[in-house]
Amino acid sequence: MIAYPHRHLLALQGLEPPYIADLLDLAESYALLNRSGKTQRDQLKGRTLINLFFEDSTRTRTSFELAGKRLGADVINMSVSQSSVNKGETLLDTASTLNAMHCDLLVVRHAQSGAPALLSQKVDAAVINAGDGTHEHPTQALLDALTIRRHKGSLENLVVAICGDVLHSRVARSNIHLLSAMNCRVRVVAPPTLLPAEVERMGVEVFHDMKTGLRDADVVMMLRLQKERMAGGLVPSAREYFRFFGLDAAKLAVAKPDAIVMHPGPMNRGVEIDSAVADDPVRSVIGEQVEMGVAVRMAVLDILSRNLRRNARP
Amino acid sequence: MMPFSSPDILFTNARLLDPASGLDSPGSLLVSRGLIADHGGSLGVPDGATVVDCGGAVLAPGLIDLRASLGEPGNEYRETIDSAAEAAAAGGITTLCALPDTETPLDDPALLQYVWRRGEALGSLSILPYGAATRACAGKDLSEFGLLKEAGAIAFTDGTHAIGNARVMRLALSYARAFGSFIVQHPEEPDLARGGVATEGEMASRMGLAGIHPAAESMMVARDIALARITKGHVHFAHVSTGAALDLIRQAKDEGLRVTCDTAPPYFDLNETAIGDFRTYAKLSPPLRREEDRLAVVAALQNGTIDAIASDHQPRDADDKRLPFAQAAAGGAGLATVLGVTLARVHGGDLSLLDALALLTCKPATLLGLETGRLTRGAPADLVMFDLERGWKVEAGKLPGKAQNSPFDGRPLEGRVMGTWKAGKRVFG
Repeated sequence: MIAYPHRHLLALQGLEPPYIADLLDLAESYALLNRSGKTQRDQLKGRTLINLFFEDSTRTRTSFELAGKRLGADVINMSVSQSSVNKGETLLDTASTLNAMHCDLLVVRHAQSGAPALLSQKVDAAVINAGDGTHEHPTQALLDALTIRRHKGSLENLVVAICGDVLHSRVARSNIHLLSAMNCRVRVVAPPTLLPAEVERMGVEVFHDMKTGLRDADVVMMLRLQKERMAGGLVPSAREYFRFFGLDAAKLAVAKPDAIVMHPGPMNRGVEIDSAVADDPVRSVIGEQVEMGVAVRMAVLDILSRNLRRNARP
Repeated sequence: MMPFSSPDILFTNARLLDPASGLDSPGSLLVSRGLIADHGGSLGVPDGATVVDCGGAVLAPGLIDLRASLGEPGNEYRETIDSAAEAAAAGGITTLCALPDTETPLDDPALLQYVWRRGEALGSLSILPYGAATRACAGKDLSEFGLLKEAGAIAFTDGTHAIGNARVMRLALSYARAFGSFIVQHPEEPDLARGGVATEGEMASRMGLAGIHPAAESMMVARDIALARITKGHVHFAHVSTGAALDLIRQAKDEGLRVTCDTAPPYFDLNETAIGDFRTYAKLSPPLRREEDRLAVVAALQNGTIDAIASDHQPRDADDKRLPFAQAAAGGAGLATVLGVTLARVHGGDLSLLDALALLTCKPATLLGLETGRLTRGAPADLVMFDLERGWKVEAGKLPGKAQNSPFDGRPLEGRVMGTWKAGKRVFG
């Protein structure tokens, strides 16, 4: 495997396919180890991992925590509530605090696009973007890709339909970058009010109708629709959204018979996805996505820590 | 004006440039009692006169900056009037039109006079404040144009806030006519632009930033041109940044409407790629545009659609900018770089030196009805001397004045101010 060339993992846009493939291979090996029960490793022994979450998250934070602990790191969770942000402590005040703690690996989630990039300029630690605003969520796309690869054998030439609120989705952006880089045919399916401007220039095919957008798809990836989008007038009502853009058995029927159904969670059942589809033991791989999340995060922490060792502080 | 006491000054060995008359020739210029006394091929040295050998550098009218924000009153942590004056002098600016949407908006004659007097007390820079077009620049109720004009308001605007309500804008354009004044609009449809922080398109989509469609500018320009037509009022569009808006302004001018506009250096020197890596110093309002719009602005500078280049100076503190992109304050420092970045278009072959300087001197002077901005005998000796070829690099942190938030950070420039004189007094160099 070739050495990962960056100090941080801030985005998948621009990351070359060989590095993506390497990360997925390493994650796959961690997935196998995790299943075998031999979970405890020592790659990160003596390293400090801080989960710095400016937004609420259970799934992603827990996944990073577990990944860090399995690799032997000292893991600390810092939840920075909105109130202390409002008290005026800036992101960069936080950065200097973290530097004083000699943090090695910093996992950041923030409601603002670019916040982890800003932090990465000021902290000594390797920064892992755990979701920033509507920009990127790299480890989610990696775990999605690993899940797909395990089911389909390869990512090459697969048709992947990403459906729903692409406009506000960092998951969608990271997936578009990764899957396009790995030669998937990526489609986005949503009403125009939920698509970013010029999304087609990101190398995707655009559909506004589920029945055509899902036709012959290998993978159907649903996105969460947040309730405030309805208040903002982007979608008139939940019932209309579910009728036209929610995934149910009838809409899924136009996809390939072995198409898998994915969702980054947490789901709004009856809004973007019907429970019968979400819980379908054959088609739905939503549970496996969570499992792969831990393996992918172990791989990311492992690879970034190798660059740390090379540049270790005295 | 300041009481006068300096000795006469004779500038020799200068390249005299006067865009108003088209003068571009080697020669000398004599300043007496703070006024331009004479200029020509060779002038004798009067008794007691100080001689300034320009060494072949350009000597031109001091720049008139049509649009700049001051931190004072209210946001002195960003910039004081003193620090703005220091930056202006270093940039060759001798007259600065200050926006009224300060922390304490200039919607009251006493406040406006305060800002004007602070400028007079400096002696290095005339500060000509705009009056708030509406009370508190809130876009609802007209302010007292007549009283504000008596107190020194150069024109009326809500500064960085668009006058969004069509009825209010119509009233403002109509009422300003009674006082022979005009309205400066920030041309951006506020509802369409709400929440946006970058130009809508592929770049903003990839960065996950909320976009502002460029049509937010052109639709406001179209609306206000219609209002200028029905009111016979004079509307001036500030920092125009899109080809679509410039096309509409061109048509309105051809129709004979009283429509004028300016742009600012970022819009003819940078495009949206400058915000890559979430560079908040390049976060401006209006946002940086696509390359085709930048080229349209250059073309409009060439064909006369644009009447002036303004610095569009917006002082910001480092802490206003060291934030995630969407939360960072918009605006760039511009006083020290407006001349250098404009000269880049001269060196690039897009504009002649005289045409470029006209946009910074006599053209804004004509718009504002000022006697400065020209090398006219008897006019105040507001002068700038610059070396057209001398290279330098814009470095945030090392710029004159307090505000360091230059969108041009790191840009090499050719053309450096060597000296600035205000009413015959040397204020820089």
